[in-house]
Amino acid sequence: MALNYDEVVAKYNPVLGLEVHVELNTESKMFCSCATVFGAEPNTQTCPVCLALPGALPVVNEKAIESTIKIGLALNCSIAPYSRFARKNYFYPDMPKNFQISQYDEPICFDGYVDVEIDTDEGPKQFRIEVERVHMEEDTGKSLHVGGATGRIHGADYSLLDYNRAGIPLVEIVTKIVPGTGKYAPEVAKAYVAELRDILRGLGVSDVKMEQGSLRCDANVSLMLKDAKELGTRSETKNVNSLRSVERAIRGEMLRHAEILETGGKVKQETRHFQEDTGLTRSGRSKEQAEDYRYFPDPDLVPVKPDAAWIETLRAALPERPSIRRKRLKEQWAVPDKEFAAMVNADVLDIVEATVVLGADPTKARTWWLGEISRIANDQGVDIKELSITPAHVAELINLVASGELTDKLARQVVEGVVAGEGTPSEVVAKRGIKVVNDDGALMAAIEKVCAAQADTAEKVRGGHLPAAGALIGAVMKETAGQADAAKVRELLLKFLGQ
Amino acid sequence: MIFKTATEMADALSKKEVSSVELTQSHLDRIAAVDGDVKAFLHVDKEGALAQAAAVDADRAAGKNVSPLAGVPLALKDVLAQKGVPTTAGSKILQGWKPPYDSTVVSKLKNAGIVILGKTNMDEFAMGSSTENSGYGPTFNPWDLTRTPGGSSGGSSAAVAAFEAPLAIGSDTGGSIRQPAALTGIVGVRPTYGAVSRYGLIAYSSSLDQAGPFARTVLDTAMLHEVIAGHDAKDATSINAAVPSVVAAAKSGDVKGMKIGVIKQLQGEGYQKGVQTRFTESLELLASLGAEIVEVDCPSFEYALAAYYLIAPSECSSNLARFDAMRYGLRTGDEGGASAEAVMAATRDAGFGREVKRRIILGTYALSSGYYDAYYGSAQKIRTLIIQDYAKAFAAADVLVSPTAPTTAYKIGEKVDDPMAMYLGDVATIPVNLAGICGMSLPAGLADEDNLPVGFQIMAPAMQDQRLYQAGAALEAALISKWGGALITKAPALKGGAN
Repeated sequence: MALNYDEVVAKYNPVLGLEVHVELNTESKMFCSCATVFGAEPNTQTCPVCLALPGALPVVNEKAIESTIKIGLALNCSIAPYSRFARKNYFYPDMPKNFQISQYDEPICFDGYVDVEIDTDEGPKQFRIEVERVHMEEDTGKSLHVGGATGRIHGADYSLLDYNRAGIPLVEIVTKIVPGTGKYAPEVAKAYVAELRDILRGLGVSDVKMEQGSLRCDANVSLMLKDAKELGTRSETKNVNSLRSVERAIRGEMLRHAEILETGGKVKQETRHFQEDTGLTRSGRSKEQAEDYRYFPDPDLVPVKPDAAWIETLRAALPERPSIRRKRLKEQWAVPDKEFAAMVNADVLDIVEATVVLGADPTKARTWWLGEISRIANDQGVDIKELSITPAHVAELINLVASGELTDKLARQVVEGVVAGEGTPSEVVAKRGIKVVNDDGALMAAIEKVCAAQADTAEKVRGGHLPAAGALIGAVMKETAGQADAAKVRELLLKFLGQ
Repeated sequence: MIFKTATEMADALSKKEVSSVELTQSHLDRIAAVDGDVKAFLHVDKEGALAQAAAVDADRAAGKNVSPLAGVPLALKDVLAQKGVPTTAGSKILQGWKPPYDSTVVSKLKNAGIVILGKTNMDEFAMGSSTENSGYGPTFNPWDLTRTPGGSSGGSSAAVAAFEAPLAIGSDTGGSIRQPAALTGIVGVRPTYGAVSRYGLIAYSSSLDQAGPFARTVLDTAMLHEVIAGHDAKDATSINAAVPSVVAAAKSGDVKGMKIGVIKQLQGEGYQKGVQTRFTESLELLASLGAEIVEVDCPSFEYALAAYYLIAPSECSSNLARFDAMRYGLRTGDEGGASAEAVMAATRDAGFGREVKRRIILGTYALSSGYYDAYYGSAQKIRTLIIQDYAKAFAAADVLVSPTAPTTAYKIGEKVDDPMAMYLGDVATIPVNLAGICGMSLPAGLADEDNLPVGFQIMAPAMQDQRLYQAGAALEAALISKWGGALITKAPALKGGAN
């Protein structure tokens, strides 16, 4: 009988290790001036350097070094005053030089940490993830295996190579081993990657889109018996392309390892690939025989020696740490836990903050972005940031409602107009002729008309049966094309019918 | 005209006594007449050269300012990429490859209006000392067609010695400019590492490679040196500093008060008697010109050869990984759906020669995990010791001197099956490369026992290249006046063209 998750964590301690690759959003590649636009026609962003033509030489992109140092500082790392690039030698068709320029024993950033907070049975709890190193390297090209059933190299008829990605700057962030997370291991890993993503986004150094591969996570997991002293054998799961997958992959690997161990087997040290559809991993390259990459310092490049004063300038300009910012905003806006979590999940913190900065009420701003506008974005299947409505629009809208010029219901029509590209809220109001009907005379005319038309119902209300008023109010609203304030209509109607 | 110096040709061109087209055609005629025996060229770019010459003539006729060597022809070692012109590095693996870009050296030559006649033969990927390792057959020494012109830049040295070109470009990783210059009785300079851009120089050993000039006089060599030197943003190891005034130094040629250090370790046992005799005579001449001769001790030089044959193969094992049949060059073995790995292996087996394979295997071994420290690591330590030896020696002397090669030109085939004997021929030149400093070889006369040229080597500290020319010009002038004419005029006539 395979153990269930609770049984697994009761018997074993999981140990994590996370390697995150981040594609930097520099305009040019790591070692040449080729563009880095995602999704360009294959092999249109290449040159002698990134195609490894004979004689071509790499030159380091200074911007990539700056971004990497910023990342290191944001992760509380020390910055090496001297570090070098090394060649990692192995043959693969999508790697033009048949070596990858990386960093080996001299990374540019080392010894940092990230604190993450997750909900536990005992309430919110903080975990510290120690960062071993942050180093620079270049991405490989992409192979497209054509023919065969799986899109894998085995069984393919032929393979196509696209070198557009070859040489795009990558930063690898490697944690030390992470023990002590117990049953929360999957959540801690997910929270770490999420925190990392937020930090990187805050720094503006990467698009951090897991689905496009600009942030990729390799998850190392091993299990050890609770009283064991030695670490178990780990597996390394690649192809984990979303935050949810991080959690699923680790949970799945813990279960798989436990099943092997429970039946007296030995976990194989290997690379595994996460399958998005099944949530399981499949075996990849076996790592029983460690590959010999013959690392040595790249003689084509000079050591990286960042100026200490420059590092301090970068440190001083670091943005507020996302976790601290979240804490601050939650307090300032007085948002309940659940709603705040919803905002974080929907990724609307920035946009709400921008709206509040423009003078809007935090609760109203949150309600608009998280409610109506999120719904429209969902319906259209786009990111909320891609809609044409801006924080300035929403702030204006909230003002119009507060001053009584719009009702909430009318405001939703205005939002539709803004999203449809009809202009600012005021412009939409003007163009669509939307306005609250506050003229008592006009309202009374409508009430009288409705009560005459629905005399039976009006009579019921007059007789004290108040719930019947709803139908009349609805009809009046319809009569005034929704531009009336419903509360006002109710007040006038009841008065008219002697209630 | 072809028997004149480059400076004399430039003078005649500027006085319009001859056109560049005429001068270029004379050299093409000479190549047609003698290169069947010498085999200095792998490719003669007749059309390109004449077009370039015509362009220079047009500029001159239009009264445009042209650079001093504009219109003078040159032979280019096949290790440098030239746009649209076959570039093979002497290897079958690159047969037919036409670079889509110019190396920086070629750009500088073109900008200076220097006419590129064609590409010269070389040991495959510059690995060798005799051109016998070329994938296209050896080059023959114009002094004695049964002998080697040295290597790896033997095609370039032979072209200049055979009056097929007044100027040539070579590359020097362990002596590949200085040794062929010595064996063919001409002048060759390996500039300071980083003084001439390596961009577009097909890499053998990145930390040792350096392109440099060949000519029949010290002044001509200096003129070419100034054209190709200078900082290049495309080469990270390029030195960002002013080019030393080598032409001015070659014109002054004064050694009065100069301290000249004779390296104890680079003479005596293992050096041919005639070589030693000419070397000593030259020293005496320098002393008679007012130089002070001192002896310096460089004990670590004993290990230079061993260190070189670990560092250069290590770097080459990685540099040559890019020749994998995927993007350019030879491709064999892909009939019938072989895997990429099998095609890579078959192509590399078919395309690389024995010496290249030997060095790739050596280097792969030296970088392997478990051997790295003992081999590559130790070699780097020796490199440091050699740098320290030079630093001490240069504290006692302005320039250092030695015979360039222990022997005169040997017979084709004599050492081809004895790599160790061949390697020993580089014992005096290799320390310069390991230390990244500069060196010159100039003719010191003919050895009594075989009537073949002997080279005199001068070494100077990094970025003090002008000292080479200052001492070299002084010695050259004294020798010419002693001989009653330049040594090269004593070379036997070649079939098809009177010298």
